[in-house]
Amino acid sequence: MEYLELFFKSIFIDNMVFSVFLGMCSYLAVSKKVATAVGLGAAVIFVLAITVPLNWLLDQYILQPGALRWMGAEYAEYDLSFLSFILFIATIATMVQLVEIVVEKFSPSLYNSLGIFLPLIAVNCAILGGSLFMQSREIPSLGLATVYGIGSGIGWFLAILAIAAIREKIRYSNVPAPLRGLGITFIITGLMAIGFLSFGGMLTGDNEPEEEEKTVKIESKKEKETDKEELANNIKGIK
Amino acid sequence: MGLLSKKDASLITDPLADNNPITIQVLGICSALAITAELEASIVMAVSVLFVLAIGNVVISLMRNIIPSKIRIIVQLIVVATLVIVVDLVLKAFAYELSKTLSVFVGLIITNCIIMGRFEAFALANGPWKSFLDGIGNSLGYAIILVVVGFFRELLGSGSLLGFPVLGNPITKTGVYEFGYENNGFMIMPPMALIVVGIIIWIQRSKNKALIED
Repeated sequence: MEYLELFFKSIFIDNMVFSVFLGMCSYLAVSKKVATAVGLGAAVIFVLAITVPLNWLLDQYILQPGALRWMGAEYAEYDLSFLSFILFIATIATMVQLVEIVVEKFSPSLYNSLGIFLPLIAVNCAILGGSLFMQSREIPSLGLATVYGIGSGIGWFLAILAIAAIREKIRYSNVPAPLRGLGITFIITGLMAIGFLSFGGMLTGDNEPEEEEKTVKIESKKEKETDKEELANNIKGIK
Repeated sequence: MGLLSKKDASLITDPLADNNPITIQVLGICSALAITAELEASIVMAVSVLFVLAIGNVVISLMRNIIPSKIRIIVQLIVVATLVIVVDLVLKAFAYELSKTLSVFVGLIITNCIIMGRFEAFALANGPWKSFLDGIGNSLGYAIILVVVGFFRELLGSGSLLGFPVLGNPITKTGVYEFGYENNGFMIMPPMALIVVGIIIWIQRSKNKALIED
């Protein structure tokens, strides 16, 4: 349940593009055609699914305050968290390079479709953002970190797929000249983001704050009922 | 401009308008959108990027002849990451509250496309002084957009600038609120940043027809 919740949350509510604007550069640059957008989106899912859990391990066993305890008691005091940026980005750059080599070796057809996008991905904010959010939200287990990585990758994929499809169609529309291209893409993305805001209420299921909300709702119901009674009385009075 | 030749000066002035990194080159959008709900955060972000880009450009430019081209991306990332760690630690030491607001976006300066883009497009092919000017120019162009977006979003969204309530107090109904004005809470939500930038692009391109895409 926890896994499913995080999965849907990272796809819809904390969508990489629409709620935190990560990976916007490649999102805008590579969304002119659906086919290329699909290629890049797939590569992002792939790399996020690998790097987030890896960086989770790094964070847990090297970077966090006291994380070096497994090496012996004398290391328990160390706090290397200031190194996290450099270590995360190095992991990402290395993994991207490694994935590129492995894919080229074992699946030339996949390499041909993903290949040109892989180097782009090392500098995609969505990838580093995934790891940094994983760190700042303190995701508790390796499994959850993997789910988070895959989920946010799919969220990004959906976003770029949607915008690419819209951009293919919008070429035939009569957009005001100064807005053509970049301008209208920004505004459409804004409108899509407003749509995605509506997912915000989706997963408040069995959280603790919900209790309060329920009592508030009950109270407001009562208020409404009393309002109705008053209204009825008033109407009677008028009659 | 005794200090700068005409060509050098254009390195600084071009990115401010006609070659703006955000609206024309489409670089560095992620952070431009995410942290502009308040003017103060936008300014701090702009200054951080200015620091990282100017110094990074010089460092990369000095190393441009000894970096093997195959691993240049990793080298560039390490240089940026080091500078960003400096920025992050300085922010945490002197402006802790603000660094909490910016949260992961300080770290994301590393993958800010402006930085990698300018390294690739300029610093790898030019000398340190020119790269320094290019870095300053591009980060100022970035700063302009950030400040404009931050200004409008904070003014219309929370009725304040840099935290000062310039439009009066919405609770006690003073200032413009006396006449029934309400804050547009929607301006603080993330989607409006996109639309504000879209409008800036619209205005800029209607003024300069040469920039219109076909």
